[in-house]
Amino acid sequence: MSRTAIPVRTADRPLPRPPLKKRAQAFGLWLLTFLLMVIMCVPGLWVVLSAFRPNREILAKPPIWVPETLTLNNFAKIFGIGQDQVAIPVLAYFSNSLIIALTSTVIALIIGMSGGYAFARYRFRFKGGIFLGLMLFRAVPGIALSLPIFMVWSRLGLIDAKLGLIIVYISLNVPFTIWLIDGFFRQIPMSLSEAAQVDGCTRWQAFWKIEFPLARSGIAAAGVFAFLTSWNEYALASQLTRSTDSKTLPVGLMDFTAQFTIDWAGMCAMAVIIIVPALIMTFLVQKHLIAGLTFGGVKG
Amino acid sequence: MAGISIRAVEKAYGAVRVVHGIDLEIAHEEFVVLVGPSGCGKSTTLRMIAGLEDISGGDVWIGQTRVNDLPPRKRNISMVFQNYALYPHMNVRDNLGFGLRIAGQSPQVVTERVNEAAGILGLSELLDRTPAELSGGQRQRVAMGRAIVRHPDAFLFDEPLSNLDAKLRGQMRAEIKKLHQKVRTTVVYVTHDQVEAMTLADRIVVMRDGHIEQVGTPMQVFNHPVNTFVATFIGSPPMNLLPAVIHEGQVLLRDGSLVPVPARLRAKTHEGQDVVLGIRPDDICPVGHGLGETDEGTDIALTVDLAEPLGMESLIYTSIAGQEVQAKLYGPRIVQASETLSFRLALDRAHLFDAATTRSLDVL
Repeated sequence: MSRTAIPVRTADRPLPRPPLKKRAQAFGLWLLTFLLMVIMCVPGLWVVLSAFRPNREILAKPPIWVPETLTLNNFAKIFGIGQDQVAIPVLAYFSNSLIIALTSTVIALIIGMSGGYAFARYRFRFKGGIFLGLMLFRAVPGIALSLPIFMVWSRLGLIDAKLGLIIVYISLNVPFTIWLIDGFFRQIPMSLSEAAQVDGCTRWQAFWKIEFPLARSGIAAAGVFAFLTSWNEYALASQLTRSTDSKTLPVGLMDFTAQFTIDWAGMCAMAVIIIVPALIMTFLVQKHLIAGLTFGGVKG
Repeated sequence: MAGISIRAVEKAYGAVRVVHGIDLEIAHEEFVVLVGPSGCGKSTTLRMIAGLEDISGGDVWIGQTRVNDLPPRKRNISMVFQNYALYPHMNVRDNLGFGLRIAGQSPQVVTERVNEAAGILGLSELLDRTPAELSGGQRQRVAMGRAIVRHPDAFLFDEPLSNLDAKLRGQMRAEIKKLHQKVRTTVVYVTHDQVEAMTLADRIVVMRDGHIEQVGTPMQVFNHPVNTFVATFIGSPPMNLLPAVIHEGQVLLRDGSLVPVPARLRAKTHEGQDVVLGIRPDDICPVGHGLGETDEGTDIALTVDLAEPLGMESLIYTSIAGQEVQAKLYGPRIVQASETLSFRLALDRAHLFDAATTRSLDVL
């Protein structure tokens, strides 16, 4: 009678290695992820790298992959420091971008919170239709609206004004903020607000003391997305702005192009200036994006 | 003194009426359980008392105040929700003290009351934990603690044990009973579990389809159900119901067998009357294996289809007049399927219901 040995796992014996096929699959997946990350990250890295290199190294043929010299001259130039200066009002563009992005984000968030809460908590006529309408509006590419917006804005005197761009960005961001914040409020059980009302709160107090803190991560996320949309937007801004009074950083990038030349080094340095606040915002919000804050308060 | 008075209260969502003008008087310090199947309107009624649902018609009084138009915060009630509804971003201490802080109580009073409630419910060690760090039973206790700190006129419980496992449910049931004995406040408790209703209530309110079917003490409702719905809803396993006709002063079952009419109901039956004979499993027992003597019994030979031993008792599935019925066997006796035994029906505890109206002949 033949006997089959049954493998017994003891404490000192390591777990057997997974079979070759599984290891090959895992490696394949890792490689695919790596390649995707390379495709996504290399252009950004190249921009950052170029911001610290002289123009001749950027334009060298064949390309110089590993930088031979790193310099801060490109930044010094665009900020008007040192001998070589580029006559581009970066600070004005930066402050325009900041004012326009922050103002439109704050207003989009206020509308998004009110709208999101209403869609999540109240029943009213045409609710589904209004929500669908908002989402469809967001589906229209902003550039498709550029000509009508330009015509209306020119009649209203909003061309080359920060207000004009702020209104456009609010309308671009509101559907998204409503959609995102609505989702977060829906995750918060109604019973929490009801418990607070039974505990003595008005509806308004219940919102601020219970529901708002719980939806804070969602609201922060909506805020960052709205900010980044406004901060990075180029197509509409390039149509609606003219001077240093209203031009934003992405539009300002075009100042580095002349009739026959492009100042790639300066352009890359300014691109880094655009990227840095966006990166900081993203890192700040990462902490707020941790889901599951509501876990534990309700059944589990 | 704060009883609750519900007078002709209705609830409608558009054209759909879910509560149909119910009346209920709840005395001060009374523990009343609203029980019924899903969709019977019990939770809606509780939420109308709490002020979380508008009242479509009728009046709700808490103590001497008509509260129809008062928001929840002005009704001086506390509520324990099915999903506990603890504030996840606050620790247990802040959860317990939230209502007091909103009411503007001094920090000293808040601390005193929170410690008092934590002491009553055994939460003193858990005050610095967040709800996520608590077990189901502990969360339930925090929810009850939040209800008692404010010394409300009434506690409202909305299926508070339905998320707990069977063992914990039993423990928490006992804790709720003890809590009521300690704090002596009016309680309205909603559940679909008839065991909770029987064990906790001073009075049970059985509801169906937005109507109150019966109000009474647990034993009244159990022993004297007003209709077949209450008879089958209260009691586990449910009461057996056998369609029959009154024939020559006896109950003629579908298969032609005859059972005497319970003595107390003889005057209320007439020849040819369509009835339903109701008899609880505890009142159909093999001879010598019942709960006790019966004043009025009739013996009937039945074949066992299935026996479920439950320790000191067995649940027996058999059939009478071609219809499956459940019977009980008490004491140590192993029963095999297809065994034929002589069962005694305790007719003094049996019921007759009018087949057309389903009303008990006891109340007609």
